Amino acid sequence: MKPRGAWQTAEVELFYSPNLENYTQVLTSSSFLLWFSNSVVVAGGTTLVAVFVAATTGYALSRFRFPGMRPLLWSLLITQMFPVAILIVPIYNVLAGMGLINNHAGLILTYLTIAIPFCAWMLRGYMDSIPVEIDEAGRMDGLSPWGTFFRLILPLSRPGVAVVAFYAFITAWGEVAYATAFMTSESNYTLAVGLGQFVGQQKAEWGMLSAASVLIAAPATVVFLLVQRHLVSGLTAGGTKS
Amino acid sequence: MAAPVVIVMAVLIGYPLARGFYLSLTNATEANVARDIGMNDIPASYDFVGADNYLAILTGEVGDFWPRLAWTVVWTVVCVVAHYGLGMALAILLNRPIRGRTAYRVLMVLPWAVPPFVSAFIWRYLYNHEYGVINAALENVGLAPVAWLNDPTVAKLSVIVVNVWLGVPFMMLALLGGLQSIPREYYEAARVDGASSLQRFFHITLPGLRPVSAPVVLLGTIWTFNQFPVIYLVTGGGPGDSTELLVTYAFRMAFQGIRDYGGSAAYGILILALLMVMAFVYQRSLWRGGQAW
Repeated sequence: MKPRGAWQTAEVELFYSPNLENYTQVLTSSSFLLWFSNSVVVAGGTTLVAVFVAATTGYALSRFRFPGMRPLLWSLLITQMFPVAILIVPIYNVLAGMGLINNHAGLILTYLTIAIPFCAWMLRGYMDSIPVEIDEAGRMDGLSPWGTFFRLILPLSRPGVAVVAFYAFITAWGEVAYATAFMTSESNYTLAVGLGQFVGQQKAEWGMLSAASVLIAAPATVVFLLVQRHLVSGLTAGGTKS
Repeated sequence: MAAPVVIVMAVLIGYPLARGFYLSLTNATEANVARDIGMNDIPASYDFVGADNYLAILTGEVGDFWPRLAWTVVWTVVCVVAHYGLGMALAILLNRPIRGRTAYRVLMVLPWAVPPFVSAFIWRYLYNHEYGVINAALENVGLAPVAWLNDPTVAKLSVIVVNVWLGVPFMMLALLGGLQSIPREYYEAARVDGASSLQRFFHITLPGLRPVSAPVVLLGTIWTFNQFPVIYLVTGGGPGDSTELLVTYAFRMAFQGIRDYGGSAAYGILILALLMVMAFVYQRSLWRGGQAW
């Protein structure tokens, strides 16, 4: 909330006649809103797809025994170890081949590689805590496996799903490396990339940067505080039951 | 019902992984991969070169692998130890009945809620040599300003501080959850038997936290080893490339200057191999302790 030049004076004073100039500046004369909506599209898309795929997977892993299950479980865990560096080049090439570089769908596809394994892993832990008798009762009443899943298990897993959705959203919202490498035109930037524009090589707009940071962090923080309790129990439940 | 994930994993992870491995055995760069320029399809013209990329990296011919590995290991160990130690201390403090406990907890968790790139930018501002808040504070009490990000050693220290600050909340929350799952009776029984608080910590708290500690330390190590935004956004790997981790270096190889896709893929495979060995040994040592998680 300081005037734009204020940071250049290097004096510690909390308020220089506070005003909202930086905020209006950020909202009106930069691409902040565009980047913001890009981020919403990418993070929202990632969340929707990831939650759906992860929920069905979590259920399958929790209830059914099938060949290749243990390797699948392991691969879910091992993908957590993949550094961006290992997948980024091949994914870049694959996306380039499909014409999806500088495209939000491409970025969503990429983020799914991060979000799905972890979400599936966590949801499996959560669904393990739902008694199998519920499935059996549903089956007795003539529900198909999919029916059991959609009508009984999914509603019961709502807290777990909420946590997983939050995780997927935050991952996509804050990701830097893929977004930097894949989004080549400024109109497609997400916030993580766009914000870097405020801190250029020559001149850094610290005032605008801070204003933008506050605008980005505030909603995430509020949601986070609402779910943080579940977040940890979800994490530890998924982690300790292997 | 596992079909969706099997397909997704195969397409999104299996295929790129296999392709990445293949690329690591070629001399693919920006100049010779398949691409479209306007209407023309230019076919790929890179060659299979076997283990050349790996040899070049491991012999130190390109990429300063060993010094960078050393710094990455130092970075990981220091950060994870600090995460765990501080997280534990705070968790124990906040597990006691103190006034305003919830408020403290919420405050402590905040750094985790803010997207890491935002934190990274804010820290970069705090560290700013001329205008940063930290130096301004130093000058106000009569000390000389420090070039936080311009000296290799100081810059390393600075990025470690940032990452510790980012990682402690997660550890604290996880350990707090763990602490609450240890039955209170254990402590009461120990107190009756006359165990000191240190003894209680080592014989009840630490073993009791093990089911939580084991996975979060492993995850924390992997996350720290692969930490990207902190280094990339706070120092950009600089000064020079002194704070560049293996991961950020591999990224730079692939997307800056002459884009060396083959070399970068080889770098990535090496990082993955290191982590898998680490995870395997870690899990093994836990098994030997008699408890698998």
